[in-house]
Amino acid sequence: MQIFELSFVAAVLLAATPILYAALAGAISAQVGVFNIALEGQMLWGAFAAVAGSYYTGSAWGGVLVALLSTALFAVILAVGSARWKADPIIIAIGTNLLALGLTGFLLRVLFDVSGSFSPRGLEGLPKMAFLADVPVIGPIFAGQTLLVPLAFVVIVAVGLWLKATPAGLRLRGVGEHPEAAASLGVNVPSFQMWATIVGGALCGIAGAQLALGNVTVFTENMTAGRGWIAVAAVMLVAGRPLWLPLACLGFGAAEALGFRLQGIGAPQQLTDAAPYAITLVVLVLTRIRFARSRKVSV
Amino acid sequence: MTSTPTKPQPRARRLLATALRHPAVVPLGAVVLALLIGAVIIAAAGLDPLTAYAAVLEGSLDPRQLDYTFSVWGFICGMALAAAIPLRMGEFNLGGNGQMVLGGLTAAWVALNVPLPGILLVPLAVLAAAIVSGGFGALSAPLATRFGIPIIISTLLLSPIAVAVVSYLLRFQIGEAGSAVAQTPRLPDEGRMWALGDLSYSNTGLLVIIAMMVAFYVVDSRSAVGFELRVVGANRRFGAYGGVRVGRLAFGAMAAAGAAAGIVGAIIVMSSPYRLIDGALISPGYTFAGLAAALLAGGRPALIPVTAILFTILQVGGASMERSADVPRQLSDVLQGVVIVVLALRTVLDQRRTERSSA
Repeated sequence: MQIFELSFVAAVLLAATPILYAALAGAISAQVGVFNIALEGQMLWGAFAAVAGSYYTGSAWGGVLVALLSTALFAVILAVGSARWKADPIIIAIGTNLLALGLTGFLLRVLFDVSGSFSPRGLEGLPKMAFLADVPVIGPIFAGQTLLVPLAFVVIVAVGLWLKATPAGLRLRGVGEHPEAAASLGVNVPSFQMWATIVGGALCGIAGAQLALGNVTVFTENMTAGRGWIAVAAVMLVAGRPLWLPLACLGFGAAEALGFRLQGIGAPQQLTDAAPYAITLVVLVLTRIRFARSRKVSV
Repeated sequence: MTSTPTKPQPRARRLLATALRHPAVVPLGAVVLALLIGAVIIAAAGLDPLTAYAAVLEGSLDPRQLDYTFSVWGFICGMALAAAIPLRMGEFNLGGNGQMVLGGLTAAWVALNVPLPGILLVPLAVLAAAIVSGGFGALSAPLATRFGIPIIISTLLLSPIAVAVVSYLLRFQIGEAGSAVAQTPRLPDEGRMWALGDLSYSNTGLLVIIAMMVAFYVVDSRSAVGFELRVVGANRRFGAYGGVRVGRLAFGAMAAAGAAAGIVGAIIVMSSPYRLIDGALISPGYTFAGLAAALLAGGRPALIPVTAILFTILQVGGASMERSADVPRQLSDVLQGVVIVVLALRTVLDQRRTERSSA
């Protein structure tokens, strides 16, 4: 089995992209000091909204737009609840994750009269960049991907630079770093936190859209299957710094893609399913050993 | 709010204010609000909320169904314990599924492989499940204290690993040969939970879970450990300053939580149909129903049996709602989610209250 062939690179990118968008959402939240574990539910809602949107508008990009807007709206619960009303973001997120799981299953039955999965004939998936097919190296990697795949990297770099190099980005980081200090300099802390969470919702919507209209063209109940949690772990791994996210997410993408390959040659699916979680945990532990050394004194 | 000088309030208003401050107001309010939101969702779907809710109640409280309802109540109470014990010190255990499945696997293995009379085999299987799942749950404590990985994250990452490994073992290693479904063989008579009279679903396992709840109540309210749990839950730094060894406490709490989940898994496996079936422990959603019950009770041991009733009714009645009122059973998940969100947002009420009392 050749790991370094280009089709494998393509598979890694495909697996990593939804996680990248969701992890970026988590990283922005982390930068304003909100521990956002609502990614899983938001991504699931985004996937459902994308498929429903594509079905009703007849256009895959219509689906992406519906996913983006409705997931941002869904994130308002977390945004207002945690930033304005000072409620515990963890409890809200546990609630909205359950809500997304229940609501998507409920609406699947009520709107489309199916249970389990929904892929009507003629459901429009996102177009692939087939025009790249003849370009060497880039072709085999990107020709089978949607525009959202390269866009993920562009957005991450843009957000990373925005945080680093603009006054607004600096204020946003200040909100997470030291909310009282930021407030005393006239920064509206709750407002930054709220908008960061809502933008994160929009990003999770895109993550769901890529998952349901890009990776496949179907919505299945609970189709995110833990990707949102992997994204949360990725955010922890990079300590909320967006520019490092591609590294972490491509690692998870590689674990997933490798799992598929191993399944192809007969490895049991149950064990390859567990691989991303196990690898995430091991990497978290390894990167935290320094933390452990510094903490040993105080505990 | 402007600070008007306090003038004597009329008696009725004062009574109302006192009543509103009762600790039961918030959870009850959350439930009522969730049911209203659920009704709006059902109505928006073009269905009849009243018929749906009536079907939920009929399906779950039908006297012929009570035996089954009580067994589910027991499982939800058990999983509520798995969430509530760490919640008492401010930690979230979201790995109940993995802990439960490991317990089920352990109990099934013991019941199938250890040649002992039932009087010894049943307690041994339950104990083994508690130890294995307790150890698995406790893994999260050093991950948090030594490596700084929050318990909520490590339990969530560990759980699917355990579920996948058990699923793999069932399908390829210890599963019944020649069966289309991945499952263990039927447990021998000696390895089955003792029956309670002629009930077919509720059995001695229900008593075990009730005993665990009593134990949690006593430890929480009467012991030093329970006090430490609550102090750390209220203010971690203060607890550590006061000499509580937080790492050790987290270890114990997660071990106890894992053990509770493991015992639930063992009881399910040792009840009808007396085998571990791939996915059968997770699919009813006891873990999150239990978590919701624990959150609604605020982790308070005495309230868990009560809040668990609500989620039991939703769980058991959901199926009959689907049959007779044509409302998808996923509405139960929606309502669980709404209850939790509403509960989390209650801080709005708290703020208003403190403003009022300080005014």
